[in-house]
Amino acid sequence: MSNIGVLIEMDGQEIKASNYGVLTAACSGGNAVALVFTENGEAIKNDLERFGAGKIVTMSATNPVQKAKLMAAVVKEFNLRALLGLSSARGRDLLARCACILDAPLALDAIQIDLADGMVVKSHFSGKTTAIIQLSGDTLHVGLRPNVIEAVEKPVSAELIPFTAETGDSDGLKILEVKKGGTGTIDLTEAEIIITGGRPMDSAENFKILHACAKVLPGAVGASRAAVDAGFAPHSMQVGQTGKTVSPKLYIGCGLSGSVQHFAGMKTSRVIVGINTDKDAPIFGKCDYGIVGDLFEVVPALTEVLNKNR
Amino acid sequence: MGLLIKSKKNIHEKVKGMKIIVCVKHVPDTAANIKVVGDNGFDESVKFVMNPYDEYAVEEAVRTVQQNGGEVVAVSVGKQNAVNTVRSALAVGADRGILVKTDAQFLDSATTALALKAVIEQDGMPDLIFTGKQSVDSEGMQTHYRLAAKMGLPVATDVVAFSMTNGNVVVECEMGGGDREVIEMSRPCVIAATKGLNEPRYPKLPDILKAKKKPLVEMNLDDLGLGTLPESAAVTSLTQVKERGAATMMTGTVKEMVEDLVNRLENDAKVL
Ligand SMILES: Cc1cc2nc3c(=O)[nH]c(=O)nc-3n(C[C@H](O)[C@H](O)[C@H](O)COP(=O)(O)OP(=O)(O)OC[C@H]3O[C@@H](n4cnc5c(N)ncnc54)[C@H](O)[C@@H]3O)c2cc1C
Ligand SMILES: Nc1ncnc2c1ncn2[C@@H]1O[C@H](COP(=O)(O)O)[C@@H](O)[C@H]1O
Repeated sequence: MSNIGVLIEMDGQEIKASNYGVLTAACSGGNAVALVFTENGEAIKNDLERFGAGKIVTMSATNPVQKAKLMAAVVKEFNLRALLGLSSARGRDLLARCACILDAPLALDAIQIDLADGMVVKSHFSGKTTAIIQLSGDTLHVGLRPNVIEAVEKPVSAELIPFTAETGDSDGLKILEVKKGGTGTIDLTEAEIIITGGRPMDSAENFKILHACAKVLPGAVGASRAAVDAGFAPHSMQVGQTGKTVSPKLYIGCGLSGSVQHFAGMKTSRVIVGINTDKDAPIFGKCDYGIVGDLFEVVPALTEVLNKNR
Repeated sequence: MGLLIKSKKNIHEKVKGMKIIVCVKHVPDTAANIKVVGDNGFDESVKFVMNPYDEYAVEEAVRTVQQNGGEVVAVSVGKQNAVNTVRSALAVGADRGILVKTDAQFLDSATTALALKAVIEQDGMPDLIFTGKQSVDSEGMQTHYRLAAKMGLPVATDVVAFSMTNGNVVVECEMGGGDREVIEMSRPCVIAATKGLNEPRYPKLPDILKAKKKPLVEMNLDDLGLGTLPESAAVTSLTQVKERGAATMMTGTVKEMVEDLVNRLENDAKVL
């Protein structure tokens, strides 16, 4: 069986939960080899073993150019047939840099993968169509949209392999600092549940009713472009064609008309709920459950019911 | 600690100031209805526009040249009609345009990057290259990386802020969760723009007319002498995504509707 690499993404000292689905995808195609940038491989060994990583290759670097060079060296050293990862901002960047070093095929934001045939399914035209992409070449680099593959436990015992290689300099690129967003909330693209506010939110202040609901769900809060452009929410919260592409289990849209561009970013959500005062709003024609009502009444009521159930 | 500055000097000495390349792609308007034709084609009689993210790239390039002097050259690889997108770039301030003609809408990213590299090097090494972070038709998210790698240049993506200090470039990149990474790069480098970088201007009628007189060179992909290129990612089929049908509507008072919804999310859909 061939070796399939998985770039593991950390959130501080912990592994992001969305990595486990990627490990499951890797296990379907061969022996999973986890690639992790960490100083402390022991700390994450158990978690990775639970989801089938037979080898855990730990590396250390902070500059993305050097990280990619290390990844490319691992691809060669372990003769990886494919390198998978999350199609998050960080994952996309490193997979792309590594694929370019190796001149390897790359598909990002994939929603399905077939490692045996080297095929992926991904969205085209802002989610209006899906495309089957046939990848050919030595190491297939694929970034998977978070949460599209359900994680399945497959306990193994793993070998911990610290890895170093000569990476040279960082080729004219240097990270000066990371500015924290300060929200401290779940990253939208990672969240399993998202509640989003549209234009009728009417102020940044009013978003607190969504945050209160998100807290009990628990989930992340998103915004439509109309709400972002009006200054009610930062652009980092925007879902849609010019914002984030998300794929949560549950998406609750509050005061969204249901525009094509908004749906481009969230239509692969498993279940979509629409809350709108207008019974003829387009969103009700393309979601799973609908409530005709004022979001300022419905959302607090929802929070209350959820609170009671917990 | 300063960065190692590459000794790739601007060999295009005729123009004073900076020379900036901006890569623009001609894509179907995102509001257009896409009809799949055959296995992997689509009805191309829909409205086409400049790739929305590339608008931020053009705007930043134009502003940078307005501040520092120089010229902006808009480059596109695409079908004959892509000339309209090059003209749109000229209408909002680019000085010259180059179109590399192909007969496929979906070109392999590596091929596109090689074509861009060939015309850019033919035209003379620029100080900066701006692109968008993603095209909205193929959503490849990689042409800028491929181009940078093939040219041996640094690259940063999802750029929402751009400035220049001491000959280097400083950009801020969106990293998810509201975080931004501040990156310094030596010049030349590739900068892939996203929403938030600036507010692209709308062209005024006189600008559109003036754009018609600006120099625009067309050439064929075959003329670039790239040889036969292996395709590493081929679109073998396109499928229309089915919209969900009409929603199941809750009824009753607000409280009843919400209770019913939570019940269904927990027990039917099993997502709570
Ligand atoms: C190139 C391009 C890219 C774009 N990218 C994006 C993108 O990434 N993301 C995005 O979201 N949009 C994007 N848009 C904009 C998109 O077309 C819509 O304009 C936008 O999504 C509308 O936002 P909205 O649904 O919040 O507001 P509206 O369309 O104004 O809808 C508001 C809805 O709220 C309902 N309502 C009013 N009051 C209440 C209340 N009290 N309670 C409940 N419901 C209420 C109304 O009936 C209405 O249906 C893009 C557009 C273009 C052209
Ligand atoms: N055919 C093309 N011609 C010019 N620029 C392109 C072309 N394809 C992609 N680009 C540039 O590369 C960016 C990323 O594209 P993509 O990799 O297709 O998502 C786009 O925003 C453009 O700036």
